[in-house]
Amino acid sequence: MSVVLRAMADAGSGGSSSMIDRVCAAAVELLSLSGAGLSLMVDGQLRGTAGVCEEGIAVVQELQLTLGEGPCVDAWRSMEPVLEADLADPARGRWPAFAHAGVQAGVRAVFAFPLQLGAVGLGVLALYRDRPAPLGDEELALGLVLAEVATQTILGLQAGAPAEQLHVLLADEPAHWAEIHQATGMVSAQLAVSLDEAFVRLRSHAFANDRALREVAGDIVARRLRLAAPA
Amino acid sequence: MTREERIVATFVELADTMVEPFDVIEFLHRLVERSMELMDCAEVGLLLANAAGSLQVMASSSERSEALELLQSRNEEGPCFECYRGSRLVFGEDLAAEADRWPTFAAAAVQNGIKSVHAIPMRVHGRTIGALNLFRAEPGRLAERDVPLGQGMADIAAVALIQERAMRETRGVVQQLQGALNSRVLIEQAKGVLAERGQVSVDAAFVSMRRYARAHNNQLSDVARDVIDGRLGAAALAELSPGAASRARP
Repeated sequence: MSVVLRAMADAGSGGSSSMIDRVCAAAVELLSLSGAGLSLMVDGQLRGTAGVCEEGIAVVQELQLTLGEGPCVDAWRSMEPVLEADLADPARGRWPAFAHAGVQAGVRAVFAFPLQLGAVGLGVLALYRDRPAPLGDEELALGLVLAEVATQTILGLQAGAPAEQLHVLLADEPAHWAEIHQATGMVSAQLAVSLDEAFVRLRSHAFANDRALREVAGDIVARRLRLAAPA
Repeated sequence: MTREERIVATFVELADTMVEPFDVIEFLHRLVERSMELMDCAEVGLLLANAAGSLQVMASSSERSEALELLQSRNEEGPCFECYRGSRLVFGEDLAAEADRWPTFAAAAVQNGIKSVHAIPMRVHGRTIGALNLFRAEPGRLAERDVPLGQGMADIAAVALIQERAMRETRGVVQQLQGALNSRVLIEQAKGVLAERGQVSVDAAFVSMRRYARAHNNQLSDVARDVIDGRLGAAALAELSPGAASRARP
């Protein structure tokens, strides 16, 4: 615990980074990672990204949203850490689409820790490495502590948020995050389908055309693209 | 079972019930029941201060003790009330002789066959949150060996109540967090739905939703839900603020 707190303090000494960013930065520092990210989830769906450390990780986090599979989704569902030491190992086919795209984005190992409070899952702390390497026992223990610190940090922040609103430090998505949901709404109205169905269509279009979800969403919101009505 | 074994079994049993889902009323009733069995007393009652600082009966071994507790909280008079207010042990060794000290309580107690009372404060971190009261059918002090046990029961009740409060508060924050996370997504989705139905930009759709919410004193997330469910159409929103769409364009 003290190791984690010291690393968080060090991470904060450089500038005015938020507590959430510091948890990610401490994870990167302590566990020799290439990046870390905190996702907030409700009912198994990614509802927001609270903190991301290191460039490129946002893309990998979003990939899981696009594909609807990956370690974060599994960690949230199982409420247990999901540890993948080598995404490129063909012997392990847990998430074929995510593994392929992740490796292309420079991720070789991923470790996802659920942020949980009793039976409720708040989200996932995902740790990434750019080389295949398992977490050692001590590193695994540190990962669990970091997830606990992240959970308490999120709750502490949200406890001080105005009613009905998300604490500003927890609303840390890039601009295209909103566009993905706006595009979902537009597709749902265009095709007269439910929002869930609209999101699935958006996602399949991105996947089938090998494009990032945010690009497809941007095109739809700008009305440069209209998905075909179901046959 | 020896007395010691029964005491240990009771504390284990009480600790066992302090896990989620934690039923605080059931816990306090059990605590009152066990206090009756373990200590030399006729009735047991437990009073807890509410947010406003007035005492409420949380658990009682019988109608008789409940009535005596209610009387004290209503009149703000009696050993339990004094115990809570002063945050200290209060004895009423012979209630028949205490008419001056507690006029209403002492009379009612004696009438109900209660001759003495022992009130123990429930404290956590220096704060008094209520009182555990042992009523006896005979005059005199509580048996020497029951005094620390009574305090132990009061302490475990206090700890359980504080823990339950913390759990409840955390659950509230979790719910609020999830509600806020869902609302944000809902609002963005509604912007898209409305932009498409009204053939306006998403920014313009947002402006009309916000205007509608303000005019009707609604939460933005409720308006968003109505838009998505089709209860609120583009026409209704545009009617309220003609030209809102064009003004919203940069």
